[in-house]
Amino acid sequence: MFPTPIEKTSGGLRLAYKLALPIALFLWLLPLLAIFMTSIRPAVDINSGNMFGWPSAFNLVENYVAVFTQSEALTYFWNSVKVTIPTVIISVSLACLAGYGLAIYNFKFALPLFFLFIAGNFVPFQILMVPVRDLSVKTGLYDTVTGLVLFHSAFQTGFCTLFMRNFIRALPYELIESARIEGVKEWRIFWHLVLPLVRPAVAALSVLIFTFIWNDFFWATVLTQGEASKPITAGIRALNGQFVSQWHLVSAASLMAAIPPVLMFFAMQKHFIAGLTLGATKG
Amino acid sequence: MANSTTTADPAPPGNLRWQKNRLAIAPWLFVAPALIFFSIYVIIPIFQSIALSFYEWNGLYDGEGQSTAKWVGLDNYRKLLFDDERFYISLKNNVIWLVLYMLAVPLGLAIALFLNQTVTGIRFYKSMFFFPFVISQVVVGLIYGWFYNPDYGVVGSLWKWAFCEETINIMGNVTTKCSTKPPDILGDEDWATYGIIFAGLWPQVAYCMILYLTGLNNVSPEQIEAGRLDGAKGWKMLRHIILPQLAPATFLAIVVTVIGALRSFDMIAIMTRGGPFGSSNVLAYYMYETAISEYGDRYGYGSAIATVLFLIMLVYISYFLWRMYRDEKDNS
Amino acid sequence: MIKTALKTTVAMVATGLLSSAVLAGDLVINFDDPNPAPKEAFETAVEAFKAANPDINVTVNINDREAHKTAIRNFLSADAPDITSWYPGNRMAPFVEAGLFEDVSDVWDDNGFHDALAAIKPTMTIDDKQWGVPYTYYQWGVYYRKDIFDKLELAEPTNWEEFNAVAEKLKEAGVTPITIGTKFLWTAAGVFDYLNLRTNGYEVHNDLTAGKIKYTDDRIKKVFETWKEMVDADYFVENHATMSWQDAIAPFANGDAAMYVMGNFSVDGYLNAGLTEDQIDFFQFPEITPGLPRAEEAPADAFFIPSGAKNKEDARKFLAFIAQPDVQTEWNNTIIQLPINKNAEVGDNKFLKEGFETLSTASGLAQFYDRDAPAQMAKAGMEGFQEFMLDTSKMDAILERLDGVQEEVYK
Repeated sequence: MFPTPIEKTSGGLRLAYKLALPIALFLWLLPLLAIFMTSIRPAVDINSGNMFGWPSAFNLVENYVAVFTQSEALTYFWNSVKVTIPTVIISVSLACLAGYGLAIYNFKFALPLFFLFIAGNFVPFQILMVPVRDLSVKTGLYDTVTGLVLFHSAFQTGFCTLFMRNFIRALPYELIESARIEGVKEWRIFWHLVLPLVRPAVAALSVLIFTFIWNDFFWATVLTQGEASKPITAGIRALNGQFVSQWHLVSAASLMAAIPPVLMFFAMQKHFIAGLTLGATKG
Repeated sequence: MANSTTTADPAPPGNLRWQKNRLAIAPWLFVAPALIFFSIYVIIPIFQSIALSFYEWNGLYDGEGQSTAKWVGLDNYRKLLFDDERFYISLKNNVIWLVLYMLAVPLGLAIALFLNQTVTGIRFYKSMFFFPFVISQVVVGLIYGWFYNPDYGVVGSLWKWAFCEETINIMGNVTTKCSTKPPDILGDEDWATYGIIFAGLWPQVAYCMILYLTGLNNVSPEQIEAGRLDGAKGWKMLRHIILPQLAPATFLAIVVTVIGALRSFDMIAIMTRGGPFGSSNVLAYYMYETAISEYGDRYGYGSAIATVLFLIMLVYISYFLWRMYRDEKDNS
Repeated sequence: MIKTALKTTVAMVATGLLSSAVLAGDLVINFDDPNPAPKEAFETAVEAFKAANPDINVTVNINDREAHKTAIRNFLSADAPDITSWYPGNRMAPFVEAGLFEDVSDVWDDNGFHDALAAIKPTMTIDDKQWGVPYTYYQWGVYYRKDIFDKLELAEPTNWEEFNAVAEKLKEAGVTPITIGTKFLWTAAGVFDYLNLRTNGYEVHNDLTAGKIKYTDDRIKKVFETWKEMVDADYFVENHATMSWQDAIAPFANGDAAMYVMGNFSVDGYLNAGLTEDQIDFFQFPEITPGLPRAEEAPADAFFIPSGAKNKEDARKFLAFIAQPDVQTEWNNTIIQLPINKNAEVGDNKFLKEGFETLSTASGLAQFYDRDAPAQMAKAGMEGFQEFMLDTSKMDAILERLDGVQEEVYK
């Protein structure tokens, strides 16, 4: 193990390390702690400039309730759910199919198609912005949850396919070969043999895509405009305009918006990291 | 690759044709849904944008539903490259982003090394250090925007504590008088970009850290032992034994950081909207602002900016693909 | 034959030859302000319209103001409502040019609006035709802390000399003369417009925003010289580049700054910040060039009929309806703004009374820099104003750059 495990060093160093850990963490998360403290302050603290001293009262419940009752935050939140979950399902499903197609069959276009998905996944959003927006307007999908879901699903399919294809590629090919020799239909090989094996990849992708989509701001801004379809990230910006100088409410709303991906992360930490670090250990 | 096709083809002779056809059609059936979807929303729009960059268009259709776009040839590019100061400011900021964002890679490595221990509770620490990456950039932008605020943010409050004293103003209200005025980081043309990048580094360092933590997990203990026997330790060990084994993690960290730097949009939109007076703009935001913001309806010109950004990104995409291609060849 | 006959009948009905009760139509209206008072005012007017026209089935969509600004570009061609709210001046020009707005000159002719709405007629007019009907406008000027002025025994300044004297007195007392937040740029345009209107007058404002005068013109330079004196003398609050207009109310409310060049919509903000109506007052932006006819900023909001509307006949009825004196009186009493119809009554509010006085005696009404100038020019111009306010030594470079943009935009 590198660096040298701290257990093997002198007691003094060990103690220093154990002390350094919480201090480092405190500094690292200081901005987050500051905003949390702000989110539980009463308005009077904000107005009197008491931003860092001890709160004059703890308004945790009041502030968070105020966010939901005084604004459209609940609608935004629900919109985010309605956008995120279908996107995860669609893009991961499509990627399972495509990843299988590209990993198992050695047809002439396998590699070019695979590269097409990878390249598309890396393009700057701005090159898609005008045509996608125009397309959405023409098809009546502009400013609808469906419009956002369709775009996100299509775009994330690129990343998911990259991921799935490599995952399936790493499965033992002999399994599929022997199934074919026994005359099993291609679809059944996919469904009964491969799909159960890629479960970890599906889990990893799902949490990743969930986080990406939940946190998306650009497309939320470009493809929606009204209360009925605006997700929480774009909604927060609107709230920021509405709660001018009410930093306790803006902070509370921001933290609310961060909760679902954070929960997702802590619940599915192993899969999340496996997904992010695919490729960090091998070329 | 060619040989695996032949080995995958051991069907009885009578069935051979059908088997072959089946194997030729099947992949397309599997790929088709994703490909169609991806083409409509990603591949085709790229070409549409490039085409649009040769037009002047305010995004409107006339009463009959005909686009009001007007062909202008290379005019948008001429303006962009020879007449547009804002474009070069944005491009320069993109370069600053790229360079400074790269700090996330060594910083991520440093934190990963710091945390790569087995003391009790270390899993908790690792998760908490990763935390900023999970939060939306919109939230990060809001947090730091408030952090930097010279009147009521962290910076302003610290400044007041150090350089200002409270007095009572003419109306009997408490106010502060400062010997020097607090730095207005996001309102200053020289500092705004650095302020945003610093905020952006926070989640990006977390991302790089997790890549390196995973990489460190897989460093071969034998080689470390061998290195120790050779007398390598500390910096030497890191440089000659560890880093080479972390190469895949480093590669991935650089790739995601470059992409992240070039995609920087959310935090600029939240923290400065490219201001003051365009000084913290980057191409991604400039394009948005030009094409569909309140004061922008120039779809053609915006598309030209997007095309330039796309070409820059294409350099990295090509490099990435080339590496993937090399690995694929090695593997087959 | 039957078909033609039928068509004529329908046309007759539509042109109102038959009783309107015969025609039942759907009317879709897009409105752009979900804030409580504007929404209430709009909905009240719609209810009154429905009561007067029980056969018309009205549907309303209320969008966020900022969202509406981008959405209109789409819905005008893709899914046009029968009526939409929008702004006059250069803001309506692209839609008029693309043929997306209906010529409603006939509504003006039939209802005597040329006279009743004369105040806003020039800015509703392109090619001698009127393209919409305005329902409200509001004044701009200087809002100030009356209690601070009283304490320092200062009077409302009417000319530039007096204004400077007031500013110096305020500074001596440790009060910043003017608060402003330029983060979103347009507030700086308010200051610029007034300095320009008072230095050079209405024609120069119009010529500049129409691209007929260069920014390096001596007349415009003179405006910037005056502005430079103000900035260099610390008339404006610090850190204005990170403040929105609402943020800039804080120093005003705290008594650290005493004046605010703003529109009347800001009064609500002062009251919400804890000030009472007695503590604030309004004066017209003081004279700079002696004897120059006084022009004012008075942005108006209006309703338009998209050319893709399905029920233009009822849409015309609605347009005629919302410009009636009693409708405009009630509407503007709710939103605390000024009615445009000269026969309407101004609400009982001291700011409105002063505003009405200010606007009805003005020699010309400007719509505001970012509505009079095309969007691209407005954006570049306002960025230039902000840059100038942060560093006045860049004046010449900024003006030259704006000339470059101007050449590009108006070619």
